Amino acid sequence: MQLKKLVIATLVGVALLAAFGTVMADNLTGKLEIFSWWAGDEGPALQALIDLYSAEHPNVNVINATVTGGSGVNAKAVLKTRMLGGDAPDSFQVHAGQELIGTWVRADRMEDLTSLFQQEGWMNVFPSGLIKLLSTDAGIWSVPVNIHRSNVMWYIPANLEKWGVEAPKTWDDFLAIAPALKAQGITPLALAENWTVNHLWESVALAVLGPDKWQALWDGTLSFTSPEAVAVWKTFGKILEYTNNDAASLSWQQATDMVVSGKAAFNVMGDWAAGYMSTTLGLTPGTDYAWSPSPGTQGIFMMLSDSFGLPKGAPDRDNAIAWLELLGSKEGSDAFNPLKGSISARTDSDLSLYNAYSQSAAMDWQNDIVAGSLTHGVVANEGFMNDFATVMEMFLTSRDPQQAANACDAIARQNGIGG
Amino acid sequence: MTARMTWARILLYAVLIIVSLVYLTPIYMTVITALKAPADINLETAWQTPSRLNWGSFGQAYAKLGPNIMNSIILAVTATILSSMMGSLNGYVFSKWRFKGNDIVFTLLLFGMFIPYQIILIPLFQTLRQMHMYGGLPGLILAHVVYGLPITTLIFRNFYAQIPASLTESAQIDGAGFFKLYARVIFPLSIPGFVVTFIWQFTQIWNEFLWGITLTKYASNPITVGLAQLAGGEAVSWNLPMAGSIIAAIPVLLIYVLMGRYFIRGLLAGSVKG
Amino acid sequence: MLVAPSPASLHYHASNTLERWPVHLSRDRIIAFAVLLPSLVLIAVFVYGFIGQTIYISFTDWGQGAALAENPQMHLIGFDNYKELFTSFLHMRFRQDLINAFFYTVSLVLGSLALGLFLAVLLDREPRGEGIFRTIFLYPMSLSFVVTGTIWRWLLAPEGGINVLPSFIGLSPGRFRWISSRQQILTFDWQSVPSITAIVVALVLAFLAIRMWRRGTHKRALIAAAPAVILVLWAIFGQRLMPQMVPIPEKHGFNLATIGVMIAAIWQFSGYTMALYLAGLRGIPVELHEVSRLDGANDIQYYTRVAFPILKPITLSAVIILAHISLKMFALIFAMAGADNSATDHPAVLMYLTTFRGNKFALGASIAVILFLIVALFIVPYLVSSYREQRKRTS
Repeated sequence: MQLKKLVIATLVGVALLAAFGTVMADNLTGKLEIFSWWAGDEGPALQALIDLYSAEHPNVNVINATVTGGSGVNAKAVLKTRMLGGDAPDSFQVHAGQELIGTWVRADRMEDLTSLFQQEGWMNVFPSGLIKLLSTDAGIWSVPVNIHRSNVMWYIPANLEKWGVEAPKTWDDFLAIAPALKAQGITPLALAENWTVNHLWESVALAVLGPDKWQALWDGTLSFTSPEAVAVWKTFGKILEYTNNDAASLSWQQATDMVVSGKAAFNVMGDWAAGYMSTTLGLTPGTDYAWSPSPGTQGIFMMLSDSFGLPKGAPDRDNAIAWLELLGSKEGSDAFNPLKGSISARTDSDLSLYNAYSQSAAMDWQNDIVAGSLTHGVVANEGFMNDFATVMEMFLTSRDPQQAANACDAIARQNGIGG
Repeated sequence: MTARMTWARILLYAVLIIVSLVYLTPIYMTVITALKAPADINLETAWQTPSRLNWGSFGQAYAKLGPNIMNSIILAVTATILSSMMGSLNGYVFSKWRFKGNDIVFTLLLFGMFIPYQIILIPLFQTLRQMHMYGGLPGLILAHVVYGLPITTLIFRNFYAQIPASLTESAQIDGAGFFKLYARVIFPLSIPGFVVTFIWQFTQIWNEFLWGITLTKYASNPITVGLAQLAGGEAVSWNLPMAGSIIAAIPVLLIYVLMGRYFIRGLLAGSVKG
Repeated sequence: MLVAPSPASLHYHASNTLERWPVHLSRDRIIAFAVLLPSLVLIAVFVYGFIGQTIYISFTDWGQGAALAENPQMHLIGFDNYKELFTSFLHMRFRQDLINAFFYTVSLVLGSLALGLFLAVLLDREPRGEGIFRTIFLYPMSLSFVVTGTIWRWLLAPEGGINVLPSFIGLSPGRFRWISSRQQILTFDWQSVPSITAIVVALVLAFLAIRMWRRGTHKRALIAAAPAVILVLWAIFGQRLMPQMVPIPEKHGFNLATIGVMIAAIWQFSGYTMALYLAGLRGIPVELHEVSRLDGANDIQYYTRVAFPILKPITLSAVIILAHISLKMFALIFAMAGADNSATDHPAVLMYLTTFRGNKFALGASIAVILFLIVALFIVPYLVSSYREQRKRTS
């Protein structure tokens, strides 16, 4: 399956290159150091991009400097240590949105990419909701390589049939069917370690608040202690009753495994779960496993995006810009995303390259309202996200909605959320 | 004296075997997980042996870790030798050549052992960068040598303190100065001390992760970093990191198996007493 | 009754030095110092210089807004970071981490010493295949904390790890949630920390007072006893006079989740203490064992009355090494429980996250300094007392 995609992607890439690449004279030399935290199963996707780049610019030595481990914390430690020491890589992976803006743009370490966007015609190809999340008043700051969706709920249709339940459309529906499942010894909702709990929380929040109020939280126009925001924690607490109590020692894949094996009914996880189930577990999307938007979020696409920016002082600036051009281009997108299991940010990607899940996601991407993920760095800066993890731990122990809401309010203010 | 098979003896063996099994449980887990195919790895069957042996894990892991192993070998061997030599000389000075404030200086030196590495991470990086040593193995070697000085000095100082004065005095009567004394008397007796420091330092340096990941660039990553790369990412096939950890543990494990006896002898010779 | 011989070879004697030959010394002494100098300079810069820099940073506000600018703006704010860590309700996690760190260190030291001693005594009996057993117990030391953490995470997974083992012999599987447990025992309110500290200090003073009394220095004993009594009275009756620690009542205690981490750590390091004790036991001259047997002591008495007292200096150095290791448990906790599991958290992990994920460099530096001070609290008395002992022997 993987090999077939690789072959298709390469053929597409080569065909397009044959049409364009060899015509342009390539005088880029030197090196290009790409800093990311992709490794393991995500490696091949990045490698495909690097291969495309090397084909276009054969005289550039591409250095793939990945740093994995700790869900990106190690990469951030290395990156920040380097940037503080004035040793910027040519380009680095960063989640699009506030994770980039709050950390690097505010510190004036990134170059504005508006002219690049205009030159490549990306203003018309990327949805406007996305571009808004990538920008500040002072410009546009990164090029999205992919789009992942956060608010997806996964289940096994055969199991649901066996148990006589349907995928819930709202959290109230979920809370209605959960007790019966629990009584049968099935965990209604599978959960894993801390960040997946945050991940679940943002789906619940999106459902309770709706996309406008969700964005209002981050613009500062809705307070974390408002009744609606407290209601999020109340609902969340009720949902947590129906999750597995060994969550903290599980990785996200192990939670997905629970659903696949029938020990759990549902799991809310980003669409990298589709990649895991299709590629590693060898299941067929649509038949062996199925999905729906997480309860209460139909018509909303909660996105996160891996992106690359241009740091000021990049040692090989021209090579880096060429890299960014490749990332936002159709060839680059179509080479990378089928392998990664994500979809392209472009609204004109070739959908035939993707599997059943990605095609449905891409359709939604074109039609749905776009909202930004909290857990994956779109709507809030790193200071807030770091503190939020502690607030969540507090809530998991105390289960006190008012206390959690107050804490959120305090950390929002401390971290300058909403300006 | 030969031990008879009394009840006490049988009990001794029973306890030893049970404890050994407990100690070996993690390695059992590591080995069987390494030998499973990725799709077969899940919590339900964690204790079961694999149905088909996936030896490929080791090949794949080795392919990814190969360069890292080389880096780690260079790093550990160089840093161990350097810090042991300097520790030996320092220990010699502290134990045989007293000067004013000897003890205070030694205490201050020893204190360096207790620094949590996070404290010095950013200043260390910036200093190495200013010395143009960031990113490659020399910088990492320097860091390990510097922070290994306190413990190697401690080990050797305690060790040399037991060398009786008669030996050193007779050499001095013959006219030996600082270095000759070291070469003729001290160094030949240092073997057990060197064994202990080598084993300790090699282990610590080989297994160190935080500096490995922050102070080196990709090409110079040591093996702990390579391992983390295998186990990182969003979708991990656990057989690879397990196979990788077995591979990563082999050099040090060999040292323990082969030199374990000398380690005990070295400790016996008083290296870490007092 | 058998008298334990004074372990002459175990202590450092001034007569082993070269003081009696001043003729050669002046030039050689300079050489000696010169040989030492590079190490001293390196340590001065890389240890003390960096500590100084970190302390300085902890007194600033580096971490607001543009923390990662090329020339970040830092303003001195005095002790505000420290105040915040100890009083703001957002830093409840930090305060629990301090409690965790205490339990981690104590358990690692006591657990490794006890298990190591036990194994050493077993191996001292010279069973057949001693070499194999010794290697089995020693090999965990050769592993990186990252590896240990990953493997033990699997072993302690509540639904698939060792909880499953009882089912292989027909018993029901274990129910303990290990590192995902949120249970806490020995809970106390943070507000009672001053009382607890007062009582602990009083106990130490009382212990010293009793010792001094026994030695005959009655006046000194009374000087030590008086504050002890006052502290106890204050702790029991003076609740309203206690300083207000935090605005709202805050529960802290011993997190059961840390037990899993402790098991992994003790597994890894008891081999080292075993090697130390084994070397120590082997170093006891065989004659002593013979003599004690002739005196009528059985094996247990030999160990407890003769061998263990001789091993005391080893225990001291083992404690030093283990304390050094407990700081490095960062990697173990990180790999085993993940960065965000607050139940198993440690100030070192929190410092790493605060600095490199939250960009709060000054706050992270404060946590690092506190961690450092705690270590100093344990190490400095040991170093000072060993320094005093050296002084006593050489004067």
